[in-house]
Amino acid sequence: MSSATSAPSMPRRRLSPAWLLLLPGALWLAAFFLVPLVQLVATSLYDPTGSEELGYAMTWEFGNYVDSLAFYAEPFLRGFAYAAIATLLCLVLGYPLAYTMAFKAGRWKNLMLILVIAPFFTSFLVRTLAWKLILADNGFVVGVGRTLGLLADDGRLLATGIAVVAGLTYNFLPFMVLPLYVSLEKIDHRLIEAAGDLYASPLQGFRRVTLPLSMPGVVAGTLLTFIPSAGDFINSRLLGDTTTQMIGNVIESRFKVGDYPAAAALSVTLMAFIVAMVAVYIRRAGTEELL
Amino acid sequence: MVRLGRWISGHLVLTAGLAVLTYMFVPIIIVVLMSFNKPPSRALYTFGEPTLANWLKPCEPEGLCSSLITSVQIGLLATVAATALGTLMAFGLVRHRFRGRPVANVVIFLPMASPEVVLGASLLALFVAVGFGGVLGFWTILVAHIMFCLSFVVVTVRARLQGMDSRLEQAAMDLYATESQAFWKVTFPLVFPGILSAALLAFALSFDAVIITNFNSGQTTTFPMYVWGAAQRDIPMQINVVGTAMFALAVAAVLGGEMLRRRRERVQ
Repeated sequence: MSSATSAPSMPRRRLSPAWLLLLPGALWLAAFFLVPLVQLVATSLYDPTGSEELGYAMTWEFGNYVDSLAFYAEPFLRGFAYAAIATLLCLVLGYPLAYTMAFKAGRWKNLMLILVIAPFFTSFLVRTLAWKLILADNGFVVGVGRTLGLLADDGRLLATGIAVVAGLTYNFLPFMVLPLYVSLEKIDHRLIEAAGDLYASPLQGFRRVTLPLSMPGVVAGTLLTFIPSAGDFINSRLLGDTTTQMIGNVIESRFKVGDYPAAAALSVTLMAFIVAMVAVYIRRAGTEELL
Repeated sequence: MVRLGRWISGHLVLTAGLAVLTYMFVPIIIVVLMSFNKPPSRALYTFGEPTLANWLKPCEPEGLCSSLITSVQIGLLATVAATALGTLMAFGLVRHRFRGRPVANVVIFLPMASPEVVLGASLLALFVAVGFGGVLGFWTILVAHIMFCLSFVVVTVRARLQGMDSRLEQAAMDLYATESQAFWKVTFPLVFPGILSAALLAFALSFDAVIITNFNSGQTTTFPMYVWGAAQRDIPMQINVVGTAMFALAVAAVLGGEMLRRRRERVQ
């Protein structure tokens, strides 16, 4: 490894040390990312009557997909719906924050950036458990909701879809804010001023200039928020109940009980959706601009 | 109408932005408060009366501190390995044009774009298929963490490299520095902050990884796995002590780094 580090200062003339530099990491990704994905697809086609003790036979059981999707259609759709709502909420919440950081923060910009990342430093699970307390039946939020009539007198938030979506929104908000901030920050202020000089109202200027120019950030942020939300099972487990199960919960529990073919079929389906979304994104942005 | 619009963009957006930032800290405040909390009974995860006991006896709940040690060990090893592999890859990608670059870019991007549940599930499927189902534990967690931290390291170091002026190296070599002198005296010091932030990111990601660890941990308990297990039974308040301490340490480190950077910039 050390012989490779000293190489890269004079590029093109060398006998392609690029491959030497890339090889160790590429091998790792191949062995522990690509090969496992292939194995996941293979597992999804195993004979579903097998077990860990008896072993699984490869029977090209495409029926696994039909069966598991039919059986778990509800958590699958619910997972996508929760993730979509959480992503939308993140966009609504994240845009003003990213905008403030990019255009209003002045010399506080770096501090705000640190503050946006800071919640990450407290463990994900510990933060999510804090939400359990905030949304508890005897807690402040439920109390206010009941007083204002937003919630029925015996209405609750914990163990409902609302709590799960709230948890997802909170946990993945920074993934929305950061790419939004990066793309807003790049905008040439003179373009926005020019819109104003040409008699655009601030709102028109925003709609016609700022918003379109920040679209790369919107798209990247949407992906970065939607993808982890769609696969999440932590928020549903800690803040929801059995009626709020998402696809991640099903995959996790199927694996835990050793029903590998069904779990793999569901994982492959989820991955296929995500890859399709990423492919659309790459066609828009190209491979060099990948985050 | 125009004035109203201007007021909105002037103040409402600012207020909304700051409100959202405040909202991000609500759970953190709860975590800090809970670290000083004595619940009415062990089974209840609610506010009772204030106490210092959690801070004085952080290791009291069985298995908490050993899980922390496991997490730190895995975190450090994963950080070193992912940072080394990822930094090399970043150099290869930025400094060289070669066929297959788009493929390399996609392969590096995909793990970041995959839901953690798929990463964890596919690794588990592989481990089971090759007969490793029984030895899941420390090493399988480590392998998984290196894999998913790697892409983040590449992206972070690559961004730093791309932002670097390559003419500085050329100038060094014009001034008769050898290739390796130019690298170690010019390139490496300039890239180092990027490598450092990549390493910090890798450690943070590994330390906090729940989903992927859950699939590949076997009987080994990292700190997130400890909390995950405790959440199914009764949750010791001490996890909030760990959360608060980590938060304080990390913020101190980041602020310290920022101050150092400012001072250095002033000197330059």
